[in-house]
Amino acid sequence: MASVLFDKPRLRPSGDLAVLVEYGEGIDPAVNEKVRAAATLLRRNLPEGVLSVIPAYRSLSLRYDPLRTSPERLSIVLDELEGHLREVEIPPPRIVEIPVRYGGEHGPDLGFVAAHSGLTPEEVIAIHAGTDYPIYMIGFTPGFCYLGGLDARIATPRRETPRTLLPGGSVGIAETQTGIYPVDSPGGWQIIGRTPLRLFAPERENPFLYEAGDRIRFFPIPEAQYDHLHQEENA
Amino acid sequence: MDAFRVLAPGSLTTVQDGGRYRFIDRGVPPSGALDGFAYRVANLLAGNPVQAAVLEITLQGPSLEVLCDADMALAGADMTPTVNDQPVQMWRSFRVKRGDIVKLHNAASGCRAYLAVTGGVDVPVVMGSRATCLKARIGGVEGRALRKDDVLPRGAGNLLAAPRRLPYRWIPTYRPDIVLRVLAGPQEEVFQDALETFYDAEFLVTPEADRMGYRLQGPPIHHDPGVPQSIISEPVLPGNIQVPADGQPIILLVEQTTGGYTKIATVVSTELPKVAQAMPGHRIWFKRIGLEEAHALYRNEATRLQEIEAFFTSN
Repeated sequence: MASVLFDKPRLRPSGDLAVLVEYGEGIDPAVNEKVRAAATLLRRNLPEGVLSVIPAYRSLSLRYDPLRTSPERLSIVLDELEGHLREVEIPPPRIVEIPVRYGGEHGPDLGFVAAHSGLTPEEVIAIHAGTDYPIYMIGFTPGFCYLGGLDARIATPRRETPRTLLPGGSVGIAETQTGIYPVDSPGGWQIIGRTPLRLFAPERENPFLYEAGDRIRFFPIPEAQYDHLHQEENA
Repeated sequence: MDAFRVLAPGSLTTVQDGGRYRFIDRGVPPSGALDGFAYRVANLLAGNPVQAAVLEITLQGPSLEVLCDADMALAGADMTPTVNDQPVQMWRSFRVKRGDIVKLHNAASGCRAYLAVTGGVDVPVVMGSRATCLKARIGGVEGRALRKDDVLPRGAGNLLAAPRRLPYRWIPTYRPDIVLRVLAGPQEEVFQDALETFYDAEFLVTPEADRMGYRLQGPPIHHDPGVPQSIISEPVLPGNIQVPADGQPIILLVEQTTGGYTKIATVVSTELPKVAQAMPGHRIWFKRIGLEEAHALYRNEATRLQEIEAFFTSN
């Protein structure tokens, strides 16, 4: 297969305070792996003048202070980093386990997804919970993760009419994507379950359970455990 | 200590500071004062560090009952402020005493005013900032706009030995026609056929203009034939001008971290105060400059703020 990776990172200014650094084309595990490696190295040893490293599917954005650095200097740093991306050991992705109560009131669209896929609800759950999903990017709302790797058998179009309010923790499917709504928000995804975990807890020292590059593993839990965890989380 | 009680909140008054950039990689918008210049100057006028928290006041001002002696200062949009019904000037500090009533009215020019108080507005720091993010419901007062009867505390700080006034040469004027200097891209290449229109045309600020972004109205800016209308979602930053399929540009501001639309250009950071002060119906032209010039503007702006700070501390 032709490589979608670029020979070297391509920089595009995104205004006067940031550059967008692209590592390849498309939504591709190899490209995202490189983004993840570069982000890890950049954060481990933040280059002079760099204020934020924001990884995405196939690129990362660097916010910088123009009084302390420039895109030219960052370009040199990034080219140098290329060599190290191969040498340096990048830690394996962290697996973050997310308990989900599938179906019922918490997953009103599980039946629709099953019917659309020609499977039973139990099969849909087994498939959905049977994969580790890489987090390609976090955005849209605090902690909303763009996940890759949904099994094509359970891919389902969005709802024709989006719901005006989805409770935080809702787990959904839209086309070939799956994800979790961390906070209450409107949304058009097919909701197959809900996690009792609080995925955005601003009062905690670390308000999030995961970052881009980690992997999400869903596992089904019974109603009683959902209630118990939900109480514990919101105590 | 309690600084003031809200008698009337105004149309949209929030606590803001320099923004919350620590978690922009986790979808937490930066928030923060939209007009960074007026925000910093308000603080300097009140004798605060530039990054202290202030009130950002939009269009229609609040009424406040002062609960302890302090210096206040207003910068940005002219909201014809009064203390006990006596006019006070914008871009100057004024001393208030317990029981005084500070009233701001409708913006006579500009759109957003910044009210600084001695010691800064002292709401809890959430994830590294006091800035209100309405979308994530964090920061400020319970993550929301001010309401009647809210009581806001201020930090400790010294009252000024003498009132402060910003010299006229540094006071901006807000006009209904603005030229915004922008940088190309990051996706200019998909708009080759539309670039001439984009840089010639006049765009109107629509009523859909808030801290998330300013939606403009003008001749449609089309993507070149055969080019996808959207891209794989990527980080967006304040000033990015995205163009959805309808061809009407949106200047993104501080309440969004990712986006899937192509961005024809990006407003230079030192020009963002002009956007913050623009109102629906105002007209915008875009002027493309190079990165070197943009960085020169950035350095000039940093120098100007240092000069203003030095002017106050030496006078």
